[in-house]
Amino acid sequence: MSALIDVRNLTLKFRTDEGLITAVEDVSFSIDTGEVMGLVGESGSGKSVTAKALMHLNARNAVYSPESRITLHTETGPVDVLSLKTARELKVVRGGAISMIFQEPMASFAPAITIGKQMVEQLQLHSDMSKARAREISVEMLDRVGISDPARRVDQYAFELSGGMRQRAMIAMALSTKPKLLIADEPTTALDVTIQAQVLDLMKDLVSEFHMGIVFITHDLGVIAQTADKVSVMYLGRLIEEGPVREVIRNPKHPYTQGLLAALPKLDDLEAPLTPVAGDIPSPLERPTGCVFHTRCPKFLGDICKTALPEDARTDPSHRVACHIHSAEVPA
Amino acid sequence: MSDDFLISARDLSVGFKIGSGLFGKSILKAVDHVDLDIEKGSFFGLVGESGSGKTTLGRALLKAVPITGGSAHYRDGEVDYDLTTLSGAALKDYRKRAQLIFQDPYAALSPRMTVRDIIAEPLEVMGLTRTREETDARVREIAAKCRLNLEHLRRFPHAFSGGQRQRISIARALVSGPQFIVADESVAALDVSIQADVLNLLKQIQRDMGLTFLFISHDLSVVAHTCDHVAVMYLGRLVESAPTRTLFAAPRHPYTRALFSAIPSLDPDDRGRAQKLIGEIPSPTNQPSGCKFHTRCPYAIDRCKAEEPVLEHPGDGHEVACHRWRELLDEQAA
Repeated sequence: MSALIDVRNLTLKFRTDEGLITAVEDVSFSIDTGEVMGLVGESGSGKSVTAKALMHLNARNAVYSPESRITLHTETGPVDVLSLKTARELKVVRGGAISMIFQEPMASFAPAITIGKQMVEQLQLHSDMSKARAREISVEMLDRVGISDPARRVDQYAFELSGGMRQRAMIAMALSTKPKLLIADEPTTALDVTIQAQVLDLMKDLVSEFHMGIVFITHDLGVIAQTADKVSVMYLGRLIEEGPVREVIRNPKHPYTQGLLAALPKLDDLEAPLTPVAGDIPSPLERPTGCVFHTRCPKFLGDICKTALPEDARTDPSHRVACHIHSAEVPA
Repeated sequence: MSDDFLISARDLSVGFKIGSGLFGKSILKAVDHVDLDIEKGSFFGLVGESGSGKTTLGRALLKAVPITGGSAHYRDGEVDYDLTTLSGAALKDYRKRAQLIFQDPYAALSPRMTVRDIIAEPLEVMGLTRTREETDARVREIAAKCRLNLEHLRRFPHAFSGGQRQRISIARALVSGPQFIVADESVAALDVSIQADVLNLLKQIQRDMGLTFLFISHDLSVVAHTCDHVAVMYLGRLVESAPTRTLFAAPRHPYTRALFSAIPSLDPDDRGRAQKLIGEIPSPTNQPSGCKFHTRCPYAIDRCKAEEPVLEHPGDGHEVACHRWRELLDEQAA
C-alpha cells in the first residue's frame, strides 16, 4: 500500500462577521490506496470541512494557515491541492482523482436534467470520450450499483427514483470517472436501516473492485465498525484519536471517544443505562483554551488541561491519542 | 383490562385522496386497519421504515389528520373521548391532554420569540392561566423540569444547541399538563452524545409525571432502551407487537428480524453476517396483494401472495401477523 493522500497540519478558519472562526486545527492524517478511513465526530467537529478541503471545495471565506499541506499522489506525480487555483487545475481533485457523495442525493442531482445526461456531462468533462461511449459507461455503472433496467433508468430524472435508488445512482456517478479517492459524507444517514445495509454492502464491494481510498464521514459508530479500516475521531476541529477500527472501538483511549461509545444504546444489553457525554459542544466562538474537550471531560486533570494543548501520544505504533492522561503515561 | 389503556384503537384507518386521474380518484392508505392499545403510564414504541405509516398513525391519534375508518378512544379516568367524532369544546380539551414533540428542534421553535414566550404560548392560546404571574410561575416550573434556568428563558432559540432546543420543545409540549405525548423521531436529529441525555430526560418526565408516551422512531436500538412495549409497522399495517424485551429476544415476524439484522453491529469482526433484505418498501399507492411484505420476504409462499395475514393474539402478549410464524419458529429451534 502506498500513500494516496497526505494531510499535514491542516488549519482552516472561516472569516465571518463575528471574527475568525476555527473550523479545523492542526489536523494530520494520510490515506493509502484501498484503505477506508472513518471520520467520526459530532456536528461542528469539522469533519465535513476537513473532507471538503481535500477537494479544495470550502467557501471563499475559508482561510488556510501557511503550514497547511494536502498532497495528492497521482500517476503523474504529487499534486499540492491547496495551491490549485483555476477551474482547469482543480478538475484533477474535483471529480477527477477525487469524487464525493453526499448525504442527500436529491440535492446533488439537478432536478430538471436526466440522470444520464448528468453522468455523461461529468464523464466528458474529465476525458475526451464520445457522448455515445460516455452513455454506455453510464448505463454500465448504473447496472453495477444494482439499479434494475439501467437502460431505461438512465433517461429518468432524480425525482423518479426512490431514496435508496437515488443514492445508488449518486455512487454510480461518483465512480464513473474512476476516482482514486472517494469522499462519502454521511452517505447512508438519510436511508432506512434495511436500505442502508444494502448500500453499505455495495460500497464494500466497490472498494475492493475499484481499489480506491475512501474517507467515510459519519456520526454512526456502527457504520464505521462495519466499513472502515481505521478511524479518526474529531472534536471541535481537532483530531483527538486515530487508530485501527478494532483498536479504537474496543479499546478507546480518549475520554471523548470513550464517552461517545458509552452514549450509544446497545442491543446486547437493554438494561445498561444510557450515559450521555455531559454538557454541550461549545460554540465555535467560545473555543476552550488548552485541550478543547476539557469543558466536558469526565477525567479532567486540572490546570494542565485548561492551559496546555495535549501532544499526540502513541499507545502503540498505529494508535495515537491527544490527551494529557496519555502524554503523562507515555513519554514521547 | 380496557380501563388500563389510555388509547385503544380498533381497525383504525387513515386514507388520503390523491390526484384525480383518468380512472377517478385513488386513495392512499397510510394506516390500514390497525388495532392498538397503549397502556396508561407506558412508554410505547412504534417503529418502521419511512412510508410505513408510523407518523400518520401518531398524528391520527392526536386528531391532527382525519381518521377515515375504524374507532379510537382516549380514556384517562377523567374523560372518555371517541377520537373519530371528537369536536368543539371536547376537541379543545383533548388538545390540552394530548401533545406532540417534533423531530427537528431547529424548525419547531420560532426564532423571533424568547424561550419564555415559546413555552408560554400554549397556555395563552388555550386560556389555561388567568394572570401573567400565573403563566410565569407555570413556565418556570416546567422549564425547571426540563433543566432550563431563568437565564435561558430570556434568550432566543438561536443561542441554544440542538439538545437544549429539544428540551425547550419538550417544555412547550408539557406546559398544558398533557397525559399523552406523541414523540415523533424526537432524538433523530441529535448527536449521539446529546441523544442519550434527551432520552433520559423524557424517561424521567414520564415516570415523575405519570405520562403515557407514544415514541415513534426508526432507530431500533433507541427504542430498545427506552420503550416498555414496541409495535412494528409495515406499509400501514401493524405486523408485530410485544413487550420490548420479548420482541428483541425472539422476534416473530420476518420483517422485524430483517430490521434487527440490518442494524450495523459495533463489532468490527461481525461484518456481513446480517440477513439482508432485498428491494425496498413498495409504494403505498400500489400495494402488493396478500401479505404486504411478501415482495421482500425470504420465506414467502403462494398463500402469502393471495391471503393477507391477520394480527394473531397467541395469548402471551406477543402479537404477530404472519402466516408462517409458528413454522419459522420451529425451523429456527430445529
